[in-house]
Amino acid sequence: MRRARTWLPGLLLVAPSIVAIGVFVYGMLGWNFRLAMTDKHDEVSEGKFVGLDNFAGIWDLPRWHLSVNHAIMFTVVFVLGALVLGWFLAFLMEKGIRGEGTFRAIYLFPMAISFVATGIVWRWLMNSGMGERAVGLNRLFDAIGLPQWQWFRDPDWGMAAMALPAIWQMSGYVMALFLAGFRGVPEELREAARVDGCGEWGVYRHVVLPLLRPVTLSALIILGHISLKVFDLIVAVSGKQIITDVPAVFMWVAVFDSHDPAKGATIASYIVLSVAIFVIPYLVWSVRKERRS
Amino acid sequence: MMRRRWTTTVAITLASVLTLAACGGSGGGQGAQPSSGGGDAKKQVEVFSWWTGPGEADGLKAMRQIFEQKNPSYTFFDAAVAGGSGDKAKALLQSKLQADTPPDTFQGHAGAELQGYIKAGDLEDLNFLYDELKLRDVFPAQLVDQISVQGKVYSVPVNIHRSNVLWFNPSVLKEAGIAGAPKTLEEFVADLGKVKAKGKIPLSIGSEWTVTHLLESVLLGSLGTDAYNALFKPGADWSSPQVTKALETFKTILSYAGDPQDDWQPAAKQVADGEAAFNIMGDWAYGYFHNPPEGGLGKTSKTDFDWAPSPGTEGTYLWLSDSFTLPKGAKNRDGAVAWLKVAASKEGQDAFNPKKGSIPARKDADQSLYTDYLADALKDWSSDKLAGSIQHGVSVNQPWLAAITEAVGLFIGSKDVAALQKALADAAKANAQ
Repeated sequence: MRRARTWLPGLLLVAPSIVAIGVFVYGMLGWNFRLAMTDKHDEVSEGKFVGLDNFAGIWDLPRWHLSVNHAIMFTVVFVLGALVLGWFLAFLMEKGIRGEGTFRAIYLFPMAISFVATGIVWRWLMNSGMGERAVGLNRLFDAIGLPQWQWFRDPDWGMAAMALPAIWQMSGYVMALFLAGFRGVPEELREAARVDGCGEWGVYRHVVLPLLRPVTLSALIILGHISLKVFDLIVAVSGKQIITDVPAVFMWVAVFDSHDPAKGATIASYIVLSVAIFVIPYLVWSVRKERRS
Repeated sequence: MMRRRWTTTVAITLASVLTLAACGGSGGGQGAQPSSGGGDAKKQVEVFSWWTGPGEADGLKAMRQIFEQKNPSYTFFDAAVAGGSGDKAKALLQSKLQADTPPDTFQGHAGAELQGYIKAGDLEDLNFLYDELKLRDVFPAQLVDQISVQGKVYSVPVNIHRSNVLWFNPSVLKEAGIAGAPKTLEEFVADLGKVKAKGKIPLSIGSEWTVTHLLESVLLGSLGTDAYNALFKPGADWSSPQVTKALETFKTILSYAGDPQDDWQPAAKQVADGEAAFNIMGDWAYGYFHNPPEGGLGKTSKTDFDWAPSPGTEGTYLWLSDSFTLPKGAKNRDGAVAWLKVAASKEGQDAFNPKKGSIPARKDADQSLYTDYLADALKDWSSDKLAGSIQHGVSVNQPWLAAITEAVGLFIGSKDVAALQKALADAAKANAQ
């Protein structure tokens, strides 16, 4: 009885969320995977179990290859861009410039905006009109003598342009993460390194950066999972067009336009799995670390 | 001390459970709220549409007034969801239908777009209404034929739009030495070349769906009306050399297209502004060209912009239509039927269409209400042969359209006619019925 008193209140407290997450997250995930393994290719049929046929079959679709390639290009540009820019901003900030608080707020503000609002503004900024028809960035580039671009309508590099609004929005957040990381490096360690004859660059190279590894890893995972399931930004900028197709948009089209639940569920499963590649090693790593300490 | 912790725990647990329950409750109750307060005993009729833009919302309001006059015992509940051609509305409708909580009546493009709903058993057939109101006599026979599924009609068409309209800028044409609108696709290609030589955009296009829209006009112009209509019959042959020729022409025409604009409006605007010569778009563009600013460009017809049937399609009306349905399990079936009666009536259609910028589906409309472009359209509608639009849901059902959209989207990147034709043929094989 006495023992129950120690664990039961805690369990009761978390029980509602365990139940809710169990049903609405893991239950739905399981249901989705089950649906992906059936041949329910319209809303009315029952759907027989077909194993992994859908998962293999989807690789025959040219559109799937296109959307996966797009997602990879978007992810690489977005994650690297946001990490580098965020790190650089934090590096500058860490040097103790005047009005740091103001700058921090300015860089963080874009995060308060939804991807949809960002997308609508950047759709105009990245308008592909050139010459006399140029608006947004192309008009600006024209005025200062830079070349004009097709932006997200470029057949080869469109998705790299699509990553720009995402970088703009998330790099402030990465800056905040890194800034906290920089501040977490004890001054004694830097001093010790300097005493041992390290230059300023050496201090960063050998002391600060290694200590920032956990922060970098968290940032990578946060950005990576946002990037792989990106939907709202793409739809706000370009709608459901093939030229900017990504798996999440393809999933929406499969479910609501093609009326093919099994195909939609298959794409959804692939999105979850691709995110899991990022998240699970991180979870394993952090659990191990907790145990060690 | 211990006891207090216990009560706190129980209280918090209860509170969180209640919050969850409350969230669930408010979500489910949405849309069932009576639109008018005051506790009157009026029954409401939930009318689901995607008419929220200028023109269309005014038309809906005009029809609503007639409905409320004729049916004082019902209140009209406007469940409109914004978004061009109903993208978002259709997604929401899908979830409502799957949850068996349909609106009392919903808007859908007449024709094959409704097939999915019919197959899923979501719709009641409306033969009883067509018999009661003798609608088969007032709608063109070809129209009723093209929206019937195995002898049954499932919707009431409110308006008719035309898809195969070539919009052009007369002064740009003059500058390029083009006498008038091209009559055939060959002339059209030649004219596109002449405009290009003058350094203007020969043909303006918008986002990818406007290219599918262009494709249907080119297919119709190249194949002719009967061969075009045959494409949507079971066992139709999309691999024929005639289709190959049409798609090759499509590729040629597309090579004269300007940079894709964000949507159809900016593309149409290029014509109105004299930057581009031609644009192929449905006749909703007329309202955009003609209406005063805020909602339109305020241009003068025949001088700033002009129109003709798209090349090679004269004498054929490539039509689409908005229609209303009767979902099975509607809460207020009688109210929905009363709405359908207004939507089918001459009075309702003549109130709605001049505002929306379309013509009525009925043959007995009051002609004096339709002027300028709409007068032309009304004249053609009564004499032309009919062909059903692809992009706007008449000839193909939703999965088929999704497959065509995808094929065209990939084609814009690859310009591979063989791949396009194969994808179109596969889509037909998978979906024609």
